[in-house]
Amino acid sequence: MIKENYFNIICIILLLSVPFLGLILDEPYYITLATKVVILAIAGAGLNLVLGYGGFVSFGHAAFFGIGGYVSGILASHALNYYPIIEWPFIIEGTTQMLIILPLAMLISGGFAFLIGMLCLRTSGVYFIMITLAFAQMVYYFAISWPAYGGEDGLSVYLRNNFPGLNTMDGFSFFSICFVLLIFVLFIISRIVNSNFGLALQSAKQNPERVAAVGIEPIKVQLIAFVISGAITGLAGALYTDLNRFVSPSVLSWHTSGEIMVFVILGGTARLFGPLVGAALFIILEQFLGGITENWQFWLGFILIIVVLFAKGGIIGMIAKERRNG
Amino acid sequence: MSISLFLEQVLNGLQFGVMLFLMSAGLTLVFGVMGLINLAHGSLYMIGAFAAAAIASWTGSFWLGLVASLMAAAIAGVIVEIVIIRRLYKRDHLDQVLATFALILLFSEAMRWIFGAFPLFLDVPEILSGTLSLPLGIEYSKYRMMIIVVGILIAVGLFSLISKTRLGVRIRAGESDREMIAALGVDISKLYTLVFALGAALAGLAGAMVGAIQSVEVGMGEPVLILAFVVIVIGGIGSIKGALVGAILVGLTDTLGRFLLPSFFKIFLNPSSATDIGSALSSMMIYILMAAVLIWKPSGLFGNNAK
Repeated sequence: MIKENYFNIICIILLLSVPFLGLILDEPYYITLATKVVILAIAGAGLNLVLGYGGFVSFGHAAFFGIGGYVSGILASHALNYYPIIEWPFIIEGTTQMLIILPLAMLISGGFAFLIGMLCLRTSGVYFIMITLAFAQMVYYFAISWPAYGGEDGLSVYLRNNFPGLNTMDGFSFFSICFVLLIFVLFIISRIVNSNFGLALQSAKQNPERVAAVGIEPIKVQLIAFVISGAITGLAGALYTDLNRFVSPSVLSWHTSGEIMVFVILGGTARLFGPLVGAALFIILEQFLGGITENWQFWLGFILIIVVLFAKGGIIGMIAKERRNG
Repeated sequence: MSISLFLEQVLNGLQFGVMLFLMSAGLTLVFGVMGLINLAHGSLYMIGAFAAAAIASWTGSFWLGLVASLMAAAIAGVIVEIVIIRRLYKRDHLDQVLATFALILLFSEAMRWIFGAFPLFLDVPEILSGTLSLPLGIEYSKYRMMIIVVGILIAVGLFSLISKTRLGVRIRAGESDREMIAALGVDISKLYTLVFALGAALAGLAGAMVGAIQSVEVGMGEPVLILAFVVIVIGGIGSIKGALVGAILVGLTDTLGRFLLPSFFKIFLNPSSATDIGSALSSMMIYILMAAVLIWKPSGLFGNNAK
């Protein structure tokens, strides 16, 4: 048993050591894997805000992940084809500048989170789970049947987007961008969680009536959290498109929602570093089991069931001492 | 557009709706009685389809295949309930979602292991191939007609099971107060297993019947599962009546949307963009329907509690 903060520092050191190891051993694949972990951890961190701290289970975060991914893919493909996105009433050109794409991805997925959240937060419990899932499916089917951006086949972007001063096609530079963003996101989330707003959000999870009684509208707090959460997950989606240089409707599928949820729960819900630990473990399991057997998903399912049935509180819950809340 | 073509689409919508009802009935019962959200319901549908295809190709009889689908899904349901699901009733929805999500991975891989990655095919029996002549000059597939009839029979059977029999009384009692009926001496865990097996068998049957129209493959249960969720959210979770109304509504909306929307947009758009917009919009229709219902009635048409 160790303190959660020490455990978090160990996690960061371990995570950072992987790409350096990749550089030393000349194994670029390690760097790609570490980048994938970082990006998925950002997505999980977004979900953790509503699922862990807010206590409402969104099964539709693939929508925000995918929307962020498509914002990046669409802007970049227009820029690479020199074809404006709209020509009337004024011309909007595509761009490959990350400093524009990433905030825009967050803005647009946050906007969708606002619309979806406004409808979904009218319900709670199981209804909330299913209706968020259904909205994500709606976006998914739209992406499949809308032919302009590749439809079912997806959209390839031949080059990663640019970042001033860095060569993003270099794996290590791209990892650094993602890593800095992850630390930034985790910092923001820890500030949110410990602010008045965060306390209201966590109280609304435990007792919405009391929160309402002291003059705070629980739905409003939850909606704001949902929008922030959607924007963060959208950021991860945009980075994921850059990592793969490809985006397809499969990032919008409900498996993605399930996987993001698995990261959060595997690591430990309402733990700041839970999503990072969960995503890392998931990727390690995927690589390790995938190397041993073709049917790795069977064993993954098996391990997940064991974790749910016997390891409450996820990995961090087993290792770290104190429980932060509720 | 001729009226007979339209009526044929209505029948297709009905057939789709009836099939969705078979899926949603189990899902909504399991939720109503045990308070469990079961993502692995789609896997039971898949197991039913695989069992039917395997037995039908082995014995050459479609009907034995149908029986096998009921049995296989029910047995799989009982095993899963006793080994895993039983431990989840008292957990929160998050744990249930995660554990049953893991069950999907497990079941899908197991099927791929046993049957390989290629889809299987289930042939429609001789007696049901060909079409049926209905009034107004409608030629309709006998097989699809059978699905509608079977579905309606099962719906009637299920309603009388729940409202007329002793088991039905227990199920309804379990829905309203599970501690109380346990205190009255009903073996609650046996009841739970039975309800779960019943839902599983219905899902398996649906899988087998659809298996003869589409191909039988791994992952076939998941799109249907999500549609079944939409159905029970529209109908109100826990209500069999709601599941029936919701299933028919979703079936008709989806089928007629795909049929009518592209021609509707052709009125004022050029044909190719009308087809694009029409098909994109029609694939979203049922979700729009669900959103509309939830804005109007947040706990579904026949639901009374949103917990």
